Amino acid sequence: MKRGLQGNEQEDGGGTSGGCQKTLKRSRKQRREKDLEDEEVRWECLPQEILLHVFQYLPLLDRAFASQVCRGWNEAFHMPELWRCFEFELNQPASSYLKATHPDLIKQIIKRHSDHLQYVSFKVDSSRESAEAACDILSQLVNCSLKTLGLISTARPSFMEMPKSHFISALTVVFVNSKSLSSLKIDDTPVDDPSLKVLVANNSDTLKLLKMSSCPHVSPAGILCVADQCHGLRELALNYHLLSDELLIALSSEKHVHLEHLRIDVVSENPGQQFHTIKKSSWDAMKRHSPKFNLVMYFYLYEDEFGPFFRDEIPVTHLYFGRSVSKDVLGRVGLNCPRLVELVVCANGLRPLDEELIRIAQRCTQLSAIGLGECEVSCSAFVEFVKMCGDRLTQLSIMEEVLVPDHRYGLDDIHWE
Amino acid sequence: MVVNTIHWFRKGLRLHDNPSLKDSIQGSDTLRCIYILDPWFAGSSNVGINRWRFLLHCLEDLDASLRKLNSRLFVIRGQPTDVFPRLFKEWQINRLSYEYDSEPFGKERDAAIQKLANEAGVEVTVRISHTLYNLDKIIELNGNQPPLTYKRFQAVINRMDAVEMPAETITSEVLKNCVTPISEDHDEKFGVPSLEELGFETEGLTTAVWPGGETEALMRLERHLERKAWVANFERPRMNANSLLASPTGLSPYLRFGCLSCRLFYFKLTDLYRKVKKNHTPPLSLYGQLLWREFFYTTATNNPCFDKMDGNPICVQIPWDRNPEALAKWAEGRTGFPWIDAIMTQLRQEGWIHHLARHGVACFLTRGDLWISWEEGMKVFEELLLDADWSVNAGSWMWLSCSSFFQQFFHCYCPVGFGRRTDPNGDYIRRYLPILRGFPAKYIYDPWNAPDEVQKAAKCIIGVHYPKPMVNHAEASRINIERMKQIYQQLSCYRGLGMDASLLATVPANSNFGGNGTNPRAVCTVTNEGAGGSSKDPSVQVGMSQTERAQSVQKRRHEETPLESSSKSWKQSK
Repeated sequence: MKRGLQGNEQEDGGGTSGGCQKTLKRSRKQRREKDLEDEEVRWECLPQEILLHVFQYLPLLDRAFASQVCRGWNEAFHMPELWRCFEFELNQPASSYLKATHPDLIKQIIKRHSDHLQYVSFKVDSSRESAEAACDILSQLVNCSLKTLGLISTARPSFMEMPKSHFISALTVVFVNSKSLSSLKIDDTPVDDPSLKVLVANNSDTLKLLKMSSCPHVSPAGILCVADQCHGLRELALNYHLLSDELLIALSSEKHVHLEHLRIDVVSENPGQQFHTIKKSSWDAMKRHSPKFNLVMYFYLYEDEFGPFFRDEIPVTHLYFGRSVSKDVLGRVGLNCPRLVELVVCANGLRPLDEELIRIAQRCTQLSAIGLGECEVSCSAFVEFVKMCGDRLTQLSIMEEVLVPDHRYGLDDIHWE
Repeated sequence: MVVNTIHWFRKGLRLHDNPSLKDSIQGSDTLRCIYILDPWFAGSSNVGINRWRFLLHCLEDLDASLRKLNSRLFVIRGQPTDVFPRLFKEWQINRLSYEYDSEPFGKERDAAIQKLANEAGVEVTVRISHTLYNLDKIIELNGNQPPLTYKRFQAVINRMDAVEMPAETITSEVLKNCVTPISEDHDEKFGVPSLEELGFETEGLTTAVWPGGETEALMRLERHLERKAWVANFERPRMNANSLLASPTGLSPYLRFGCLSCRLFYFKLTDLYRKVKKNHTPPLSLYGQLLWREFFYTTATNNPCFDKMDGNPICVQIPWDRNPEALAKWAEGRTGFPWIDAIMTQLRQEGWIHHLARHGVACFLTRGDLWISWEEGMKVFEELLLDADWSVNAGSWMWLSCSSFFQQFFHCYCPVGFGRRTDPNGDYIRRYLPILRGFPAKYIYDPWNAPDEVQKAAKCIIGVHYPKPMVNHAEASRINIERMKQIYQQLSCYRGLGMDASLLATVPANSNFGGNGTNPRAVCTVTNEGAGGSSKDPSVQVGMSQTERAQSVQKRRHEETPLESSSKSWKQSK
């Protein structure tokens, strides 16, 4: 900071540091004092733009301390630019080890800064109270024009444990008032079709990202409405029961931008559940419209529920099997997933996956990451697998338990191959 | 001048390879070996009956061995800072020796005692013998930071000087003219207490499955090596149902208490390997068990917050759930999952469980199912597990809960499937949970799925005689993996709510967090969660028994060296 500036600031009346009221007229005594003062650094006269810049680097607590220094710094602390992003942490001592955002701070934000908020997230622990507190805050953000909203359960999905109507009305406040929502993350919440309609009615031009996995109150029609109206939607995450041919066609319509990311969770609620199929033509339409999109699928099914899957070619890029998956299914993956980039198999069973892995190495030419959990692969097959795609693999994570020594390789040998 | 020496036993409860004791005997006129029964046993008061019993066995064994040398063990109650000034005066002590303790709590305590000793004009002799190496040297060699991946650790180890030979065993020759003044009322004043005297209820207590003491340790070492030599195979054996049961050649508790010197084990393994494999240089994997232990001691030595999440620089801050009820069910073996409950029952009854069993229950408690903090699990293990000392226990829990050490979290142990694979017949379950004896193998791992007739025939109705499963594993693990992903995404400085496609890439390969979130270099981790290296003893540490097979290989994406032609591509490029 140039000392010379100090005098000029006062003259320009930059209106910066309110607490610094000095005139330029100085008596001889004052001039001598000024010389002394020149030696001191006048932090309180730092221009607000610079203060702002510095404050942006400080964590909230430090900023809050700084704001106690003088009126000027206090004003800077409350500048709108510093309140665009906020993460509300709502924890109860009985259910979490982490500290919550101080209630006084929350009050202050609602009082002084709700207009400034643009990128907001709520992190709640597993208690109902925390979820309700989040909704209370949401309900008060009437003057907000949010661009980003994230409702994040950090443990059990506590938004599902609160009264649905309370949640919906709080969420609706934001949807109606924001009008320029771009990113919305509402996984594990009781959001429903009517509220999605409200979302669409107010934010269809701006919505780019919608993450709503595990929202049991939404129907395929509800999400279709979003796809039909929100043509800027680039990233979408939902559960398989919401996926339909119509949805994929809507996302591939001419008016629609290229989709970048589609994540689908296939979850079995009850053993023996039946799942509908998606036509190959719908996937083809998606591929044509958005050739580079990532299709991420997480499967949490019992082994015998995979019937409808991987019968036809499917453009999946990232595949995760959260439970044990049969050799048969993995074999079909090798046949039908040419775009596969990452494969993670949590568990398989007792029979070695040798052929299936080799086939995947052969046919999934884009494969660059693989993770194997409780599976079995013979060492020879593993070596062969790595030889085939080692040069394109950037991630290879495999528990040693997985490797079964055979007549050609023991475990020590593997490492040097 | 008469030289009166105290040797202070803490760990290192042995007379073989005890360099601090041996060195301080030189030139001493009198020697008194003491053990201070510190209410803060090994840094915590959370100690169950099996651990106390093991310790008492060790002390009795020491006393017996010392008796053969015309000496005795002096067990003194109190805190070291109170005890020592008194003893220095009473016994006119001018020399004190003890084995170096690398743990932060130990270092602090010893610094205080050093100060007292200096004030009293007592010369202090400290030697390293609980670890293979001088841990500070390892840290120094690694740029003054403890290595945070096992691979890096091994690389540093390779550059260290050779492990020092074990010191000569204390015998009457070593003692020479050094005597121990023993009073008539020694047993009364300084005798090894019994469990009852310590306030434990011993009625109904079964014989110890793991008897403590140096004598037992050395016998086991011989058996352990015999078995290896006979098999002529230093490979890790595949896990089977038998591995779950306590082994008569298991060594981990003895290493922890110091009844067995790690250096002795190291050299005996080396000798045996050379004999059997005709003088080939032993691979690092031979010492897997010992090196893993060393790894955790090194990571912990300068980190007093090592056993906590809050304030621990190497621990990921994860929003674990606070749930005392759920924790109690887990700790007491009442989860409703027979695999988990049997393991926790064995742990409570015997004080040892197989390392893969540790993985299973640790995963279940933390990132797998209950989403409860690893610190809670660590405390339970501290109470019950014989070989769990501070560094290794905390380190292992952080490892297993994916809170540190760059562990992939995608894979979760299934509390039904995993046990079923290991012991299809379910004998292990029947042994530790007799209430489930009547269930056939088909249903013993998930008895809640058994039809009513089967339950009736087994005389065990689920929900009445044995609890229903406390969580839906599929649902819980699905939610939890999402949570872990969230946390790790935030760590890689990934801002915004945008979605990250890759699951595997969310875990950084090394401590170069941040940047743009994408690590262009390849990461290949072959994680060995099997038995510690090639030694038969299934484990030394809680759940973590990764040998050098946990290779973190950095391979540049564009450096395509065909694997056949270059073994270098598997080695770290760092």
